[in-house]
Amino acid sequence: MPEPVIVVRNLAKRYGKTVAVADVSLEVREGEIFGLIGPNGAGKTTTMECIEGLRRPDSGTMTVLGLDPHRDASTLRHRIGVQHQEAQLQKRIKVWEAVDLWASLYDESRVADVDTLLERLGLAARRNARFMTLSGGQKQRLFIALALIHQPEVVFLDELTTGLDPQARRAIWELVRDIRARGTTVLLTTHLMEEAERLCDRVAIVEHGRTIEVGTPAELVRRHCPERRVIYTTEDDGVERRHELSGEGDDFVTDVIHGIARDGTRVHGFRTVIPTLEDVFLKLTGHALRD
Amino acid sequence: MLKGLFKLSWIETKIFLREPMGVVGTLFMPVVFFLIMARFLRGVPRPSAALGRVGFNATILASLLIVLGTVQSLIAIMAIYREGGILKRLRATPLAPVTILSAHVLVKLLLTLTSFLLLVLAGRRAMPGAMPEDMVGFAAAILLGTLGILGLGFLVASVVPTARFAQPLGAAVFYPMLALSGLFFPIARLPMWLRAVAEVLPTTHAVTLMRGTYEGTAWSTQWGSVAALLAIFAVCLFLATKWFRWE
Repeated sequence: MPEPVIVVRNLAKRYGKTVAVADVSLEVREGEIFGLIGPNGAGKTTTMECIEGLRRPDSGTMTVLGLDPHRDASTLRHRIGVQHQEAQLQKRIKVWEAVDLWASLYDESRVADVDTLLERLGLAARRNARFMTLSGGQKQRLFIALALIHQPEVVFLDELTTGLDPQARRAIWELVRDIRARGTTVLLTTHLMEEAERLCDRVAIVEHGRTIEVGTPAELVRRHCPERRVIYTTEDDGVERRHELSGEGDDFVTDVIHGIARDGTRVHGFRTVIPTLEDVFLKLTGHALRD
Repeated sequence: MLKGLFKLSWIETKIFLREPMGVVGTLFMPVVFFLIMARFLRGVPRPSAALGRVGFNATILASLLIVLGTVQSLIAIMAIYREGGILKRLRATPLAPVTILSAHVLVKLLLTLTSFLLLVLAGRRAMPGAMPEDMVGFAAAILLGTLGILGLGFLVASVVPTARFAQPLGAAVFYPMLALSGLFFPIARLPMWLRAVAEVLPTTHAVTLMRGTYEGTAWSTQWGSVAALLAIFAVCLFLATKWFRWE
Protein backbone atom coordinates (compact mmCIF):
# COMPACT_ATOMS: atom_id res chain seq x y z
CA MET A 1 0.00 0.00 0.00
CA PRO A 2 1.41 3.43 -0.88
CA GLU A 3 2.44 5.86 1.84
CA PRO A 4 -0.52 7.98 3.03
CA VAL A 5 -0.53 11.57 1.76
CA ILE A 6 -1.29 12.99 5.20
CA VAL A 7 -0.36 11.37 8.49
CA VAL A 8 -1.40 12.97 11.78
CA ARG A 9 -0.55 11.40 15.13
CA ASN A 10 -1.86 12.64 18.48
CA LEU A 11 -2.22 16.24 17.43
CA ALA A 12 -3.03 18.68 20.25
CA LYS A 13 -3.49 22.44 20.24
CA ARG A 14 -4.81 24.80 22.88
CA TYR A 15 -5.49 28.54 22.88
CA GLY A 16 -4.76 29.76 26.36
CA LYS A 17 -6.88 27.54 28.56
CA THR A 18 -9.21 26.43 25.81
CA VAL A 19 -8.36 23.06 24.34
CA ALA A 20 -9.15 23.25 20.63
CA VAL A 21 -7.66 19.91 19.67
CA ALA A 22 -7.04 17.28 22.34
CA ASP A 23 -5.97 14.19 20.42
CA VAL A 24 -6.45 13.83 16.69
CA SER A 25 -4.92 11.04 14.64
CA LEU A 26 -5.70 10.21 11.04
CA GLU A 27 -4.26 9.11 7.73
CA VAL A 28 -5.41 10.38 4.37
CA ARG A 29 -4.68 8.19 1.35
CA GLU A 30 -3.75 9.36 -2.08
CA GLY A 31 -6.65 10.27 -4.32
CA GLU A 32 -9.42 10.06 -1.75
CA ILE A 33 -11.87 12.59 -0.38
CA PHE A 34 -11.40 12.48 3.37
CA GLY A 35 -13.83 14.33 5.64
CA LEU A 36 -13.37 15.65 9.15
CA ILE A 37 -16.91 15.67 10.49
CA GLY A 38 -18.30 16.98 13.70
CA PRO A 39 -20.20 19.91 15.17
CA ASN A 40 -18.92 23.48 15.09
CA GLY A 41 -16.25 23.95 17.71
CA ALA A 42 -15.16 20.31 17.64
CA GLY A 43 -11.65 21.26 16.51
CA LYS A 44 -11.95 20.46 12.81
CA THR A 45 -10.70 23.82 11.54
CA THR A 46 -7.81 24.01 14.01
CA THR A 47 -6.78 20.50 13.00
CA MET A 48 -6.89 21.45 9.35
CA GLU A 49 -4.95 24.67 9.85
CA CYS A 50 -2.25 22.81 11.77
CA ILE A 51 -1.92 20.39 8.87
CA GLU A 52 -1.76 23.29 6.40
CA GLY A 53 1.12 24.74 8.41
CA LEU A 54 -0.79 27.87 9.39
CA ARG A 55 -0.80 26.96 13.07
CA ARG A 56 1.84 25.36 15.20
CA PRO A 57 0.46 22.46 17.24
CA ASP A 58 1.42 22.06 20.90
CA SER A 59 2.22 18.40 20.45
CA GLY A 60 1.85 15.52 18.03
CA THR A 61 3.44 14.72 14.70
CA MET A 62 2.30 15.39 11.17
CA THR A 63 3.52 14.83 7.66
CA VAL A 64 1.98 16.05 4.42
CA LEU A 65 3.38 14.52 1.23
CA GLY A 66 6.21 13.27 3.42
CA LEU A 67 7.06 16.82 4.52
CA ASP A 68 6.78 18.62 7.83
CA PRO A 69 4.08 21.31 7.51
CA HIS A 70 6.15 23.79 9.54
CA ARG A 71 9.74 23.08 8.72
CA ASP A 72 8.99 22.64 5.01
CA ALA A 73 6.21 25.25 4.85
CA SER A 74 7.64 27.12 1.87
CA THR A 75 8.03 23.95 -0.20
CA LEU A 76 4.66 22.63 0.81
CA ARG A 77 2.76 25.81 -0.08
CA HIS A 78 3.48 25.07 -3.73
CA ARG A 79 2.07 21.57 -3.45
CA ILE A 80 -1.09 22.15 -1.42
CA GLY A 81 -4.15 24.30 -2.07
CA VAL A 82 -6.38 25.72 0.63
CA GLN A 83 -9.79 27.25 1.06
CA HIS A 84 -10.69 28.79 4.41
CA GLN A 85 -13.95 28.84 6.24
CA GLU A 86 -15.98 32.04 5.76
CA ALA A 87 -13.12 33.65 3.85
CA GLN A 88 -13.45 36.93 2.00
CA LEU A 89 -11.44 38.70 -0.63
CA GLN A 90 -11.05 42.40 -1.28
CA LYS A 91 -14.61 43.61 -1.94
CA ARG A 92 -13.72 45.29 -5.19
CA ILE A 93 -11.25 42.80 -6.62
CA LYS A 94 -12.41 41.29 -9.89
CA VAL A 95 -12.62 37.55 -10.38
CA TRP A 96 -9.93 37.46 -13.05
CA GLU A 97 -7.64 39.72 -11.00
CA ALA A 98 -7.78 37.39 -8.01
CA VAL A 99 -7.04 34.34 -10.12
CA ASP A 100 -4.34 36.19 -12.02
CA LEU A 101 -2.70 37.35 -8.77
CA TRP A 102 -2.73 33.85 -7.35
CA ALA A 103 -1.38 32.47 -10.62
CA SER A 104 1.58 34.85 -10.41
CA LEU A 105 2.57 33.49 -6.99
CA TYR A 106 3.36 29.94 -8.09
CA ASP A 107 5.81 28.24 -10.45
CA GLU A 108 4.77 29.00 -13.99
CA SER A 109 5.24 25.39 -15.03
CA ARG A 110 2.59 24.26 -12.57
CA VAL A 111 0.01 27.01 -13.00
CA ALA A 112 -3.21 26.05 -14.75
CA ASP A 113 -4.62 28.11 -17.59
CA VAL A 114 -6.77 30.80 -15.99
CA ASP A 115 -9.51 30.80 -18.60
CA THR A 116 -9.82 27.02 -18.63
CA LEU A 117 -10.03 26.99 -14.85
CA LEU A 118 -12.71 29.70 -14.76
CA GLU A 119 -14.64 27.80 -17.41
CA ARG A 120 -14.39 24.57 -15.46
CA LEU A 121 -15.70 26.24 -12.30
CA GLY A 122 -18.53 28.00 -14.12
CA LEU A 123 -17.07 31.45 -13.53
CA ALA A 124 -16.18 32.39 -17.09
CA ALA A 125 -19.20 34.66 -17.45
CA ARG A 126 -18.30 36.44 -14.23
CA ARG A 127 -14.62 37.00 -14.82
CA ASN A 128 -15.03 40.79 -14.72
CA ALA A 129 -17.36 40.80 -11.73
CA ARG A 130 -16.22 42.27 -8.43
CA PHE A 131 -15.98 39.90 -5.50
CA MET A 132 -18.73 41.66 -3.56
CA THR A 133 -21.23 41.12 -6.36
CA LEU A 134 -20.79 37.34 -6.45
CA SER A 135 -23.34 34.96 -4.98
CA GLY A 136 -22.34 32.66 -2.13
CA GLY A 137 -21.85 29.75 -4.49
CA GLN A 138 -19.79 31.83 -6.90
CA LYS A 139 -17.57 33.06 -4.09
CA GLN A 140 -16.92 29.50 -2.99
CA ARG A 141 -16.18 28.46 -6.56
CA LEU A 142 -13.71 31.32 -6.82
CA PHE A 143 -12.01 30.12 -3.65
CA ILE A 144 -11.84 26.65 -5.16
CA ALA A 145 -10.25 28.20 -8.25
CA LEU A 146 -7.63 29.90 -6.06
CA ALA A 147 -6.97 26.62 -4.28
CA LEU A 148 -6.52 24.78 -7.60
CA ILE A 149 -4.63 27.36 -9.65
CA HIS A 150 -1.22 25.72 -9.12
CA GLN A 151 -2.55 22.18 -9.60
CA PRO A 152 -1.75 21.07 -6.07
CA GLU A 153 -1.45 17.46 -4.99
CA VAL A 154 -3.59 17.97 -1.88
CA VAL A 155 -6.50 20.37 -1.46
CA PHE A 156 -7.91 21.49 1.90
CA LEU A 157 -11.54 22.61 1.91
CA ASP A 158 -12.96 24.01 5.14
CA GLU A 159 -16.77 24.11 5.45
CA LEU A 160 -17.04 24.63 1.75
CA THR A 161 -20.82 24.62 1.44
CA THR A 162 -21.88 26.29 4.67
CA GLY A 163 -24.56 28.87 3.98
CA LEU A 164 -25.22 27.71 0.43
CA ASP A 165 -28.62 26.67 -0.87
CA PRO A 166 -29.10 22.99 -1.80
CA GLN A 167 -28.63 23.64 -5.50
CA ALA A 168 -25.36 25.51 -5.11
CA ARG A 169 -24.26 22.85 -2.64
CA ARG A 170 -24.81 20.07 -5.16
CA ALA A 171 -22.89 22.01 -7.81
CA ILE A 172 -19.95 22.32 -5.39
CA TRP A 173 -20.08 18.59 -4.61
CA GLU A 174 -19.76 17.87 -8.33
CA LEU A 175 -16.69 20.09 -8.47
CA VAL A 176 -15.09 18.33 -5.53
CA ARG A 177 -15.69 14.94 -7.15
CA ASP A 178 -14.10 16.36 -10.28
CA ILE A 179 -11.03 17.36 -8.26
CA ARG A 180 -10.73 13.77 -7.05
CA ALA A 181 -11.24 12.43 -10.55
CA ARG A 182 -8.15 14.36 -11.60
CA GLY A 183 -6.10 12.53 -9.00
CA THR A 184 -5.94 15.23 -6.34
CA THR A 185 -6.35 14.23 -2.71
CA VAL A 186 -9.00 16.21 -0.82
CA LEU A 187 -9.25 16.81 2.92
CA LEU A 188 -12.43 18.61 3.86
CA THR A 189 -14.37 19.54 6.98
CA THR A 190 -18.11 19.60 7.23
CA HIS A 191 -20.81 19.59 9.86
CA LEU A 192 -23.33 18.35 7.31
CA MET A 193 -23.75 14.60 7.53
CA GLU A 194 -25.44 14.40 4.18
CA GLU A 195 -22.47 16.09 2.59
CA ALA A 196 -20.05 13.70 4.28
CA GLU A 197 -22.10 10.69 3.29
CA ARG A 198 -22.42 11.68 -0.36
CA LEU A 199 -19.01 13.13 -0.93
CA CYS A 200 -16.43 11.47 1.29
CA ASP A 201 -14.67 8.20 0.67
CA ARG A 202 -13.68 8.10 4.32
CA VAL A 203 -14.48 10.23 7.31
CA ALA A 204 -13.13 10.90 10.79
CA ILE A 205 -15.66 11.86 13.43
CA VAL A 206 -14.25 14.63 15.60
CA GLU A 207 -15.81 15.42 18.96
CA HIS A 208 -14.35 17.69 21.65
CA GLY A 209 -11.03 17.77 19.83
CA ARG A 210 -10.66 14.01 19.51
CA THR A 211 -11.05 11.64 16.58
CA ILE A 212 -13.48 9.12 17.92
CA GLU A 213 -13.99 7.03 14.76
CA VAL A 214 -12.49 6.69 11.30
CA GLY A 215 -13.83 4.74 8.33
CA THR A 216 -15.96 4.84 5.20
CA PRO A 217 -19.50 6.13 5.83
CA ALA A 218 -20.92 2.68 5.01
CA GLU A 219 -18.47 0.98 7.36
CA LEU A 220 -19.36 3.27 10.22
CA VAL A 221 -23.06 2.73 9.68
CA ARG A 222 -22.55 -1.05 9.57
CA ARG A 223 -20.38 -1.02 12.66
CA HIS A 224 -22.43 1.24 14.89
CA CYS A 225 -25.96 1.17 13.53
CA PRO A 226 -26.62 -2.31 12.09
CA GLU A 227 -30.39 -1.96 12.59
CA ARG A 228 -32.43 -2.18 9.41
CA ARG A 229 -36.16 -1.70 9.05
CA VAL A 230 -38.45 -2.72 6.26
CA ILE A 231 -41.87 -1.16 5.96
CA TYR A 232 -44.32 -2.53 3.42
CA THR A 233 -48.05 -2.33 2.84
CA THR A 234 -50.45 -4.99 1.63
CA GLU A 235 -54.18 -4.99 0.95
CA ASP A 236 -56.62 -7.30 2.72
CA ASP A 237 -60.22 -7.11 1.45
CA GLY A 238 -59.87 -3.51 0.49
CA VAL A 239 -58.19 -2.57 3.78
CA GLU A 240 -54.64 -1.42 3.58
CA ARG A 241 -52.29 -2.93 6.14
CA ARG A 242 -48.90 -1.68 7.15
CA HIS A 243 -46.16 -4.10 8.13
CA GLU A 244 -42.96 -3.14 9.86
CA LEU A 245 -40.04 -5.50 10.37
CA SER A 246 -36.72 -4.77 12.02
CA GLY A 247 -33.53 -6.69 12.17
CA GLU A 248 -29.80 -6.31 11.96
CA GLY A 249 -27.16 -6.69 9.30
CA ASP A 250 -26.98 -6.28 5.55
CA ASP A 251 -28.71 -9.60 4.91
CA PHE A 252 -31.85 -8.58 6.73
CA VAL A 253 -33.44 -6.69 3.82
CA THR A 254 -32.65 -9.52 1.41
CA ASP A 255 -34.23 -12.01 3.77
CA VAL A 256 -37.42 -9.98 3.97
CA ILE A 257 -37.64 -9.67 0.19
CA HIS A 258 -37.14 -13.41 -0.19
CA GLY A 259 -39.77 -14.04 2.43
CA ILE A 260 -42.33 -11.86 0.71
CA ALA A 261 -41.57 -13.47 -2.66
CA ARG A 262 -41.85 -16.96 -1.20
CA ASP A 263 -45.28 -16.21 0.26
CA GLY A 264 -46.41 -14.63 -2.98
CA THR A 265 -47.72 -11.60 -1.09
CA ARG A 266 -49.02 -8.70 -3.17
CA VAL A 267 -47.18 -5.65 -1.96
CA HIS A 268 -48.39 -2.10 -2.59
CA GLY A 269 -45.62 -0.17 -0.97
CA PHE A 270 -42.12 -1.13 0.12
CA ARG A 271 -39.37 0.88 1.70
CA THR A 272 -36.30 0.29 3.78
CA VAL A 273 -35.02 2.49 6.57
CA ILE A 274 -31.26 2.31 6.81
CA PRO A 275 -29.41 4.39 9.39
CA THR A 276 -27.24 7.22 8.17
CA LEU A 277 -24.06 8.83 9.34
CA GLU A 278 -26.29 11.17 11.31
CA ASP A 279 -27.49 8.19 13.37
CA VAL A 280 -23.93 7.00 13.85
CA PHE A 281 -23.00 10.41 15.12
CA LEU A 282 -25.94 10.49 17.47
CA LYS A 283 -25.06 7.09 18.84
CA LEU A 284 -21.37 7.84 19.32
CA THR A 285 -21.71 11.27 20.86
CA GLY A 286 -25.09 11.11 22.50
CA HIS A 287 -26.28 14.25 20.76
CA ALA A 288 -27.46 15.28 17.35
CA LEU A 289 -25.41 17.37 14.98
CA ARG A 290 -26.71 20.85 14.60
CA ASP A 291 -25.61 23.89 12.72
CA MET B 1 8.85 37.39 -5.11
CA LEU B 2 9.10 40.78 -6.81
CA LYS B 3 6.47 39.73 -9.31
CA GLY B 4 3.99 39.09 -6.52
CA LEU B 5 4.87 42.41 -4.87
CA PHE B 6 4.17 44.43 -8.00
CA LYS B 7 1.07 42.50 -8.90
CA LEU B 8 -0.39 42.84 -5.43
CA SER B 9 0.51 46.55 -5.30
CA TRP B 10 -1.08 47.12 -8.68
CA ILE B 11 -4.25 45.29 -7.72
CA GLU B 12 -4.47 47.14 -4.42
CA THR B 13 -4.08 50.43 -6.28
CA LYS B 14 -6.89 49.52 -8.66
CA ILE B 15 -9.10 48.42 -5.79
CA PHE B 16 -8.45 51.69 -4.02
CA LEU B 17 -9.44 53.67 -7.09
CA ARG B 18 -12.71 51.74 -7.32
CA GLU B 19 -13.93 53.19 -4.05
CA PRO B 20 -15.03 56.76 -4.89
CA MET B 21 -15.41 57.88 -1.27
CA GLY B 22 -11.93 56.71 -0.40
CA VAL B 23 -10.43 58.44 -3.41
CA VAL B 24 -12.14 61.75 -2.66
CA GLY B 25 -11.33 61.54 1.03
CA THR B 26 -7.68 60.61 0.74
CA LEU B 27 -6.63 62.24 -2.51
CA PHE B 28 -8.71 65.39 -2.75
CA MET B 29 -9.78 66.43 0.74
CA PRO B 30 -6.35 67.71 1.83
CA VAL B 31 -6.15 69.71 -1.41
CA VAL B 32 -9.61 71.20 -0.87
CA PHE B 33 -8.65 71.95 2.71
CA PHE B 34 -5.52 73.70 1.51
CA LEU B 35 -7.41 75.79 -1.04
CA ILE B 36 -9.86 76.96 1.59
CA MET B 37 -7.03 77.89 3.93
CA ALA B 38 -5.20 79.57 1.09
CA ARG B 39 -8.16 81.89 0.58
CA PHE B 40 -8.14 83.02 4.18
CA LEU B 41 -4.39 83.24 4.50
CA ARG B 42 -3.93 85.27 1.34
CA GLY B 43 -1.88 88.30 2.12
CA VAL B 44 -0.61 87.03 5.43
CA PRO B 45 3.17 87.31 5.32
CA ARG B 46 5.05 84.09 5.40
CA PRO B 47 6.56 82.95 7.65
CA SER B 48 4.16 84.48 10.12
CA ALA B 49 5.84 87.36 11.86
CA ALA B 50 3.84 86.93 15.02
CA LEU B 51 5.10 83.42 15.67
CA GLY B 52 8.59 83.86 14.33
CA ARG B 53 10.39 81.27 12.30
CA VAL B 54 8.25 78.38 13.46
CA GLY B 55 4.97 79.87 12.31
CA PHE B 56 1.97 78.01 11.08
CA ASN B 57 2.30 76.78 7.52
CA ALA B 58 -0.76 75.77 5.49
CA THR B 59 1.27 73.83 2.93
CA ILE B 60 2.88 71.68 5.60
CA LEU B 61 -0.42 71.14 7.38
CA ALA B 62 -2.10 70.07 4.13
CA SER B 63 0.83 67.74 3.38
CA LEU B 64 0.59 66.29 6.85
CA LEU B 65 -3.12 65.72 6.40
CA ILE B 66 -2.32 63.83 3.21
CA VAL B 67 0.05 61.60 5.14
CA LEU B 68 -2.35 61.06 8.02
CA GLY B 69 -5.14 60.24 5.57
CA THR B 70 -3.11 57.52 3.91
CA VAL B 71 -1.96 56.11 7.24
CA GLN B 72 -5.54 56.04 8.48
CA SER B 73 -6.60 54.19 5.37
CA LEU B 74 -3.76 51.71 5.87
CA ILE B 75 -4.96 50.97 9.40
CA ALA B 76 -8.53 50.55 8.19
CA ILE B 77 -7.52 48.26 5.33
CA MET B 78 -5.40 46.06 7.57
CA ALA B 79 -8.25 45.72 10.05
CA ILE B 80 -10.80 44.94 7.34
CA TYR B 81 -8.50 42.46 5.60
CA ARG B 82 -7.76 40.76 8.87
CA GLU B 83 -11.41 40.51 9.82
CA GLY B 84 -12.36 39.18 6.40
CA GLY B 85 -9.67 36.50 6.48
CA ILE B 86 -7.97 38.09 3.45
CA LEU B 87 -4.61 38.34 5.21
CA LYS B 88 -4.90 34.77 6.37
CA ARG B 89 -5.70 33.58 2.86
CA LEU B 90 -2.76 35.50 1.38
CA ARG B 91 -0.49 34.03 4.02
CA ALA B 92 -1.40 30.53 2.87
CA THR B 93 0.20 31.33 -0.50
CA PRO B 94 3.94 31.38 -1.19
CA LEU B 95 3.88 35.18 -0.74
CA ALA B 96 6.24 36.16 2.08
CA PRO B 97 4.42 38.01 4.87
CA VAL B 98 6.77 40.97 4.45
CA THR B 99 5.82 41.15 0.76
CA ILE B 100 2.14 41.42 1.61
CA LEU B 101 2.81 44.32 3.98
CA SER B 102 5.34 45.95 1.65
CA ALA B 103 2.76 46.08 -1.10
CA HIS B 104 0.55 48.19 1.13
CA VAL B 105 3.41 50.52 2.06
CA LEU B 106 4.20 50.93 -1.63
CA VAL B 107 0.60 51.76 -2.50
CA LYS B 108 0.38 54.26 0.34
CA LEU B 109 3.61 56.01 -0.68
CA LEU B 110 2.30 56.24 -4.22
CA LEU B 111 -0.95 57.65 -2.93
CA THR B 112 0.82 60.27 -0.83
CA LEU B 113 2.87 61.31 -3.81
CA THR B 114 -0.17 61.59 -6.06
CA SER B 115 -2.07 63.65 -3.55
CA PHE B 116 0.96 65.88 -3.09
CA LEU B 117 1.15 66.37 -6.83
CA LEU B 118 -2.47 67.49 -6.84
CA LEU B 119 -1.67 69.85 -3.98
CA VAL B 120 1.20 71.36 -5.93
CA LEU B 121 -0.91 71.78 -9.07
CA ALA B 122 -3.71 73.44 -7.14
CA GLY B 123 -1.33 75.47 -4.97
CA ARG B 124 0.59 76.88 -7.89
CA ARG B 125 -2.60 78.44 -9.20
CA ALA B 126 -4.29 79.45 -5.97
CA MET B 127 -1.35 80.43 -3.82
CA PRO B 128 1.87 80.48 -5.79
CA GLY B 129 3.88 81.92 -2.92
CA ALA B 130 2.93 79.05 -0.63
CA MET B 131 4.71 76.39 -2.64
CA PRO B 132 8.24 75.42 -1.68
CA GLU B 133 10.98 76.21 -4.16
CA ASP B 134 12.69 72.88 -3.84
CA MET B 135 9.70 70.76 -4.82
CA VAL B 136 11.66 67.52 -5.10
CA GLY B 137 13.26 68.02 -1.71
CA PHE B 138 9.89 68.78 -0.16
CA ALA B 139 8.36 65.70 -1.77
CA ALA B 140 11.23 63.62 -0.42
CA ALA B 141 10.56 65.07 3.03
CA ILE B 142 6.90 64.09 2.73
CA LEU B 143 7.80 60.55 1.72
CA LEU B 144 10.24 60.23 4.61
CA GLY B 145 7.60 61.61 6.94
CA THR B 146 5.09 59.14 5.53
CA LEU B 147 7.50 56.29 6.21
CA GLY B 148 7.90 57.27 9.87
CA ILE B 149 4.20 57.83 10.43
CA LEU B 150 3.32 54.72 8.44
CA GLY B 151 5.57 52.73 10.77
CA LEU B 152 3.51 53.85 13.73
CA GLY B 153 0.39 53.19 11.67
CA PHE B 154 1.50 49.58 11.20
CA LEU B 155 1.96 49.28 14.93
CA VAL B 156 -1.59 50.50 15.48
CA ALA B 157 -2.81 48.20 12.69
CA SER B 158 -1.11 45.24 14.37
CA VAL B 159 -3.05 45.59 17.57
CA VAL B 160 -6.37 47.15 16.56
CA PRO B 161 -8.94 44.53 17.56
CA THR B 162 -11.68 45.03 14.97
CA ALA B 163 -12.35 47.00 11.81
CA ARG B 164 -14.88 49.11 13.70
CA PHE B 165 -12.13 50.27 16.03
CA ALA B 166 -9.66 51.08 13.30
CA GLN B 167 -10.79 54.61 12.44
CA PRO B 168 -11.42 55.90 15.97
CA LEU B 169 -8.22 54.37 17.32
CA GLY B 170 -6.20 55.77 14.43
CA ALA B 171 -7.73 59.20 14.95
CA ALA B 172 -7.11 59.06 18.70
CA VAL B 173 -3.46 58.23 18.12
CA PHE B 174 -2.64 60.56 15.25
CA TYR B 175 -4.59 63.77 15.69
CA PRO B 176 -3.20 64.61 19.15
CA MET B 177 0.23 63.98 17.62
CA LEU B 178 -0.53 66.68 15.12
CA ALA B 179 -1.01 69.17 17.95
CA LEU B 180 2.36 68.27 19.43
CA SER B 181 4.19 68.30 16.12
CA GLY B 182 5.44 71.86 16.39
CA LEU B 183 3.33 72.96 13.48
CA PHE B 184 0.99 75.18 15.48
CA PHE B 185 3.36 76.31 18.21
CA PRO B 186 7.02 75.58 18.90
CA ILE B 187 7.58 72.45 20.94
CA ALA B 188 10.01 74.46 23.02
CA ARG B 189 6.92 75.92 24.70
CA LEU B 190 5.80 72.51 25.89
CA PRO B 191 6.52 71.30 29.41
CA MET B 192 9.61 69.12 29.61
CA TRP B 193 7.82 65.78 29.78
CA LEU B 194 5.52 66.60 26.87
CA ARG B 195 8.49 67.78 24.86
CA ALA B 196 10.12 64.40 25.47
CA VAL B 197 6.97 62.74 24.14
CA ALA B 198 6.96 65.01 21.09
CA GLU B 199 10.58 64.06 20.37
CA VAL B 200 9.73 60.38 19.83
CA LEU B 201 6.69 61.06 17.67
CA PRO B 202 7.19 60.74 13.92
CA THR B 203 4.93 63.73 13.21
CA THR B 204 7.32 66.08 15.03
CA HIS B 205 10.26 65.00 12.90
CA ALA B 206 8.13 65.01 9.78
CA VAL B 207 7.16 68.63 10.45
CA THR B 208 10.75 69.64 11.20
CA LEU B 209 11.96 68.02 8.00
CA MET B 210 9.16 69.47 5.87
CA ARG B 211 9.69 72.91 7.30
CA GLY B 212 13.41 72.66 6.69
CA THR B 213 13.04 71.68 3.07
CA TYR B 214 10.22 74.20 2.65
CA GLU B 215 12.46 77.00 3.81
CA GLY B 216 15.37 75.76 1.79
CA THR B 217 17.56 74.64 4.70
CA ALA B 218 20.45 72.50 3.50
CA TRP B 219 19.87 68.73 3.72
CA SER B 220 23.15 68.40 5.54
CA THR B 221 21.54 70.00 8.60
CA GLN B 222 18.47 67.74 8.38
CA TRP B 223 20.04 64.36 8.96
CA GLY B 224 18.79 64.34 12.54
CA SER B 225 15.16 64.35 11.41
CA VAL B 226 15.83 61.88 8.60
CA ALA B 227 17.56 59.49 10.98
CA ALA B 228 14.78 59.89 13.56
CA LEU B 229 12.08 59.08 11.00
CA LEU B 230 13.95 56.04 9.67
CA ALA B 231 14.64 54.86 13.22
CA ILE B 232 10.97 55.22 14.18
CA PHE B 233 10.00 53.32 11.04
CA ALA B 234 12.46 50.53 11.82
CA VAL B 235 11.52 50.19 15.49
CA CYS B 236 7.78 50.29 14.77
CA LEU B 237 8.11 47.76 11.98
CA PHE B 238 10.14 45.48 14.20
CA LEU B 239 7.49 45.63 16.91
CA ALA B 240 4.69 45.38 14.37
CA THR B 241 6.08 42.16 12.91
CA LYS B 242 6.28 40.76 16.44
CA TRP B 243 2.73 41.75 17.32
CA PHE B 244 1.07 41.58 13.95
CA ARG B 245 -2.01 39.41 13.96
CA TRP B 246 -2.93 37.84 10.65
CA GLU B 247 -6.41 36.86 11.76
